[in-house]
Amino acid sequence: MIPERVSVMRKLTIIAPLLLALLLSATAGCSSVEPWVKPYERDRLADPIMSLSRHGKADSYINHVYQARESARGAEGGAGGGCGCN
Amino acid sequence: MGRKVAQEVAVVVTERAPVALLFLVLMAASSFAQAATLPVDNVDLFYHRYDGGGMEIDGPVVLARKSVGPQVSVSGQYYVDMVSAASIDVLATASAYKEERTEYTLGVDYLYDRAIMSLGFTNSSENDYEANTLYFTVSQEFFGGMSTVTLGYAAGWDEVGKRGNDSFSEEADRRNYQLGFSQVLTRNLLVGLDLEVVTDEGFLQNPYRQNRYLDPNDATAFLYQPERYPETRTSTAVAARAMYHLPYRASIRGEYRYFTDTWGINAHTIELGYVHALNQHWSLEGSVRYYTQGEADFYSDLYAYENSQTHLARDKEMSSFSGTTFGTGAVYEWKQTSLPGIKRLQFSLLLDWLNFDYDNFRDVTAEGNYLPGQEPLYSFDALVTRASLILEY
Repeated sequence: MIPERVSVMRKLTIIAPLLLALLLSATAGCSSVEPWVKPYERDRLADPIMSLSRHGKADSYINHVYQARESARGAEGGAGGGCGCN
Repeated sequence: MGRKVAQEVAVVVTERAPVALLFLVLMAASSFAQAATLPVDNVDLFYHRYDGGGMEIDGPVVLARKSVGPQVSVSGQYYVDMVSAASIDVLATASAYKEERTEYTLGVDYLYDRAIMSLGFTNSSENDYEANTLYFTVSQEFFGGMSTVTLGYAAGWDEVGKRGNDSFSEEADRRNYQLGFSQVLTRNLLVGLDLEVVTDEGFLQNPYRQNRYLDPNDATAFLYQPERYPETRTSTAVAARAMYHLPYRASIRGEYRYFTDTWGINAHTIELGYVHALNQHWSLEGSVRYYTQGEADFYSDLYAYENSQTHLARDKEMSSFSGTTFGTGAVYEWKQTSLPGIKRLQFSLLLDWLNFDYDNFRDVTAEGNYLPGQEPLYSFDALVTRASLILEY
């Protein structure tokens, strides 16, 4: 079982940077496409009511509650994001 | 009804199992709103309480964050769970108990151009369990700040003990891999995709919990035996979410997550949320969440005979069930306060009511005479209270 796990981890270690590189190169290929939501148009996105992590620790705590009572785990959100308004 | 108990031991909850995962989420969540700026200096005071299914868990969390120059921010967190346990898992084979878990986290965030790198360490400790977790994430903003990619990695090393048995010592190692992508689509719409893979290896079961099998000498009774989980587990979760600013000052949010693991468990989570601003200070919010999962390949509520298969589990978390949450909350926000040294204040009170209905986990503590396997199905509900005060300085 251990070699299987090592193999999964090795694949992940290789795949994750490849995915990132692919994403970055894909966007580089779209250099003719300009960002269409300008910084001065992002006031609504910057409003705290548009934040997934508005409550600080209280947000991560509720995920903790679910993780202890459900088998599913991961991808709870919070990765990425950003209104780009700074 | 002659219910026989093969071995009477205490039973702990699984509050601490996913520490590595929790902190990866916690740390990533803190970088959601402003990907290419350091988190604001603040003190976050938080009280939590969970009450339901025979469990009462409450305690404080204190987090303090301070920048050191324009590119570095350091943070420290202290977290306590005070547990009073008389859940069905405890009552079936042992007596109610109390325990306490404490957790310390130290983290540092480093801003470089449009990227933020975060490194942190967490220690979680209780009388029969010790968990250490190291995490690292990098978040990069690009395309004029409209897109953000986040890569996260966490490694956890747990030591599992057992009260009343000093010679018992087992280990479990955990690795988390996280990839997140988010995109501003319009001036009102944000969307995000998240992928997370978690691998565990080692002693993954609960040393106190047991499963049951039919008594070969008495068809009206059952016996208990220790549970036996596989020593490895790999899970994958993929989530999509969107958040939209309505024409007035309010937002709606939708999320879907698919989960699958090598133990045969598949799960779906759907959540909808709404935030409504009443005025510049007050806002109200509400949410609905639905969760459903299938059972693990090796799960059974009642095995036909002792050691009938390699892996044995009767944890209700491994069974087939569904759960619904209704959440509500009120938030008071005060920007540019007149309080000395405080730039912004936010107080939140959040209440969530959770309900779980099990499809194949029976209540062996139910009143009445039932043959094994014919007890009523178990269900319970819980109230989660969260009160938080965030002071930015």
